[in-house]
Amino acid sequence: MAEIVIKNVTKSFGAFQALHGVDMTISDQEFMVLLGASGCGKTTLLRIIAGLETPTSGEVWIGGRRVDQLPPRDRGIAMVFQNYAVFPHLTVYENIAFGLRMKRTDQDEVERRVTRTAELMHIEMLLKRFSGQLSGGQRQRVAVARALAMEPDVILMDEPLSNLDALLRLEMRAELKGVLAGSKTTTIYVTHDQVEAMSLADRIAVMHGGKIVQNASPVEVYRNPAARFVGGFIGNPPMNFLPAARAGKGKWQVAGITFPGPDVGKDRIEFAIRPEDLTQSEGGLKAIVRVVEPLGAHTLVTTDVEGQLFRAIVDSDVSVSSGDVLSLKPKPDRTRWFDPDSSQAL
Amino acid sequence: MTEVTATASAPAKPAPDARKAGHWLLMATIVLFCIWVLAPIYLLVVNALSSPEEVRAFPKAFWPSFDTGSLRFFVEFNGVLKALWNSVLVASLTMTFSILAGAPAGYALSRFDFPGKDVFRVMVLMTRAFPLPLLALPLAVFFIRTGLDDTALGLALVHTTLALPFAVLITFSLFSGIPYELEEAAHTLGCNRLQAFWKVIWPLAMPGIAASAVFAFTISWNEVFAAAVLTIQNRTLPAFLLQSLDVSPPHLKFAGGAALVIPALLFIFAVRKYLFAMWGIANR
Repeated sequence: MAEIVIKNVTKSFGAFQALHGVDMTISDQEFMVLLGASGCGKTTLLRIIAGLETPTSGEVWIGGRRVDQLPPRDRGIAMVFQNYAVFPHLTVYENIAFGLRMKRTDQDEVERRVTRTAELMHIEMLLKRFSGQLSGGQRQRVAVARALAMEPDVILMDEPLSNLDALLRLEMRAELKGVLAGSKTTTIYVTHDQVEAMSLADRIAVMHGGKIVQNASPVEVYRNPAARFVGGFIGNPPMNFLPAARAGKGKWQVAGITFPGPDVGKDRIEFAIRPEDLTQSEGGLKAIVRVVEPLGAHTLVTTDVEGQLFRAIVDSDVSVSSGDVLSLKPKPDRTRWFDPDSSQAL
Repeated sequence: MTEVTATASAPAKPAPDARKAGHWLLMATIVLFCIWVLAPIYLLVVNALSSPEEVRAFPKAFWPSFDTGSLRFFVEFNGVLKALWNSVLVASLTMTFSILAGAPAGYALSRFDFPGKDVFRVMVLMTRAFPLPLLALPLAVFFIRTGLDDTALGLALVHTTLALPFAVLITFSLFSGIPYELEEAAHTLGCNRLQAFWKVIWPLAMPGIAASAVFAFTISWNEVFAAAVLTIQNRTLPAFLLQSLDVSPPHLKFAGGAALVIPALLFIFAVRKYLFAMWGIANR
C-alpha cells in the first residue's frame, strides 16, 4: 500500500524557481506519468520524490509516512535512471542483487528474486556478463530488473526509454506496461514523449513552467485539455486554434461561421478543434490548402483559414491538392473554447 | 555549394609527391624525437651495465657487456643503501599524504558546487608557480625551528606540496569520469553516502587512485632541490648523488643515474593511461 501525496512542493535553484507549489495525489498501484517539455520541472519533481533533491518547501508523503526529510534508502522506492546507471564493476547478477545485499537479505532469497526478475525481463542468460558487454536495451532491462528485485512500494522512472532506438522503445514500452502492472507497485514515470505517456499512463500530469497544468486520464487530457498549452502540446499534429468573436448570447463567430459556445462575458475568446475532428461538408470553415501530406492511413492537410495555420486529417481516399479550397466542418461535440487571457478552458 | 566541395576535397587529394614528402617529414620528426628521448636513457643503461674500464673507453660497444662491476660498486658505495631507504621512505610518505589529502579534494571538486570552486582549482595549480628555491629556504629555517629539519617527515611534507596539485587534478578528472547517476542509483538501492562511495565509486576509481599515488611517489623520488637543502644526514638518493657524484668516477655516475631513472620510468609507464586522462588526451 503506497499512496503518494505531494503537498505544495516548491523548489528553487538559486534565483530560478523550478517548481511552483505542486500538489498531487497518486493512488496505490497507479501508473502516473509526468509529461512535459524539457525544463518544465518534471525530473526535479521525480528527484524530490526519490530523495535525490530536497524540496525548498512542501511535503512528500509515501504510504502514509512523511518522507521529504528522509534519505532515498528509507523511502521504500526504487528508481530507473535515464542512462541506466548499471554498475560497470559488477555482473548483471550482482547488479540486480545489489539492493538486496544492502538489506542483508539471505542468499536463498537473493537467488530467488534475482532469478525471478531476470526471467521477467528476459535477461536470465546475461547474468554473468558485465555492463560493458551489454547493448543499451539489455542495460535498460538490467536497470528495471534491479529496481523490481527490491520489491519496492514505488518505482520511479526518469525517461527510461529515451536512449533506445525507436523500434526497441516500442517493444520495451509494451513490455514495461505488462511487467509493472503485474508487480502491483505504484509507478511514477517521467517522459517528454506524449505517445509514451498516452500509452502507459493510468493518469497523466502535464507539467509546464514548474506547475501541473492538467492531471487527468490520457483520454481526458487529449479530449478536454484544461489549458491551451495542453491542447497545443498533446496530439500530433496538435490542436487548431482560431480567434472567436462574440455574436450574441452563447454564440461565437469563427472565420465567418457562427458556432454555439460558452456563455461568458467576454468579447473575444479562442476556438479550438483537433485536426481529426473535422469533416468535409457544406457550410464549414473555408480553408485554402497549402500542403498535402499523405500518411498512408490518412492524409494530413495543412491549410490557411483567414490567415491562420489550420490542420485537418482527411481520409486518404479524398484527392486534395495545393490551392484547393475545402469546407471543413467541426464535429459539434468536439469544439473546445479557451480564455485568451488566462489560457484556461471555458 | 560546388565551391565548398571543391576546396574541401582539394587538400584530401594532394599531389602524390607532396603527400610522400609530408609523410617522410613526419616520420623523420618522430624518429628524431625518439632519439632525443631514448638516446640518453640508452647510454645510461649501457654504461651502467659496463665495467668501469669500458665506461671510460671509446668507441662504445652497441650491446653492454652486462658487467655488474659498476652497479656493485655503486651499491657498496658508503651511504647509498641508506639514501635509497630514505628515498623510498620519503616517497612513500609523500604518496600517502598526497592521496589522503588529494583524493577527497578531487572528489569534492568533481561532485559539489561550492563558492570559490574555480578559484580553488586555479590556486591548486598556483602552488606550482612558485620556484622551489623560494619556498625551500624559508622552509629550511622554519623546519630548523620546529625540529622537522633533516627528517623524512619534513621532506615528505615539502614533497607533498609538490605532488598534491597533481593528485588533486588526476583524481578530479577520475571522479568526474564516473557518472554521478551511479552514486544516486546506489543511494536509491540502500546506500548512504559513505557506502555508495565504498561500494560503487571506490572500485571504479581505485586503479586511477593507484596511478595517482604512483605519480606522487615518482615526483618525490625525482625531487632533488628541497631534498638537498632540507636534509643533511638523512639524504634521499638524488640529494646524496648530487653531493657525492660530483667527485666520483664516471661509472659510478652512470650506475647512480640508472638507479634513479629506471624505477621512475617504469612507474610512469605503468600509469601513463591515467596521466593522459589528466591532460584530457583520449587514450587508445
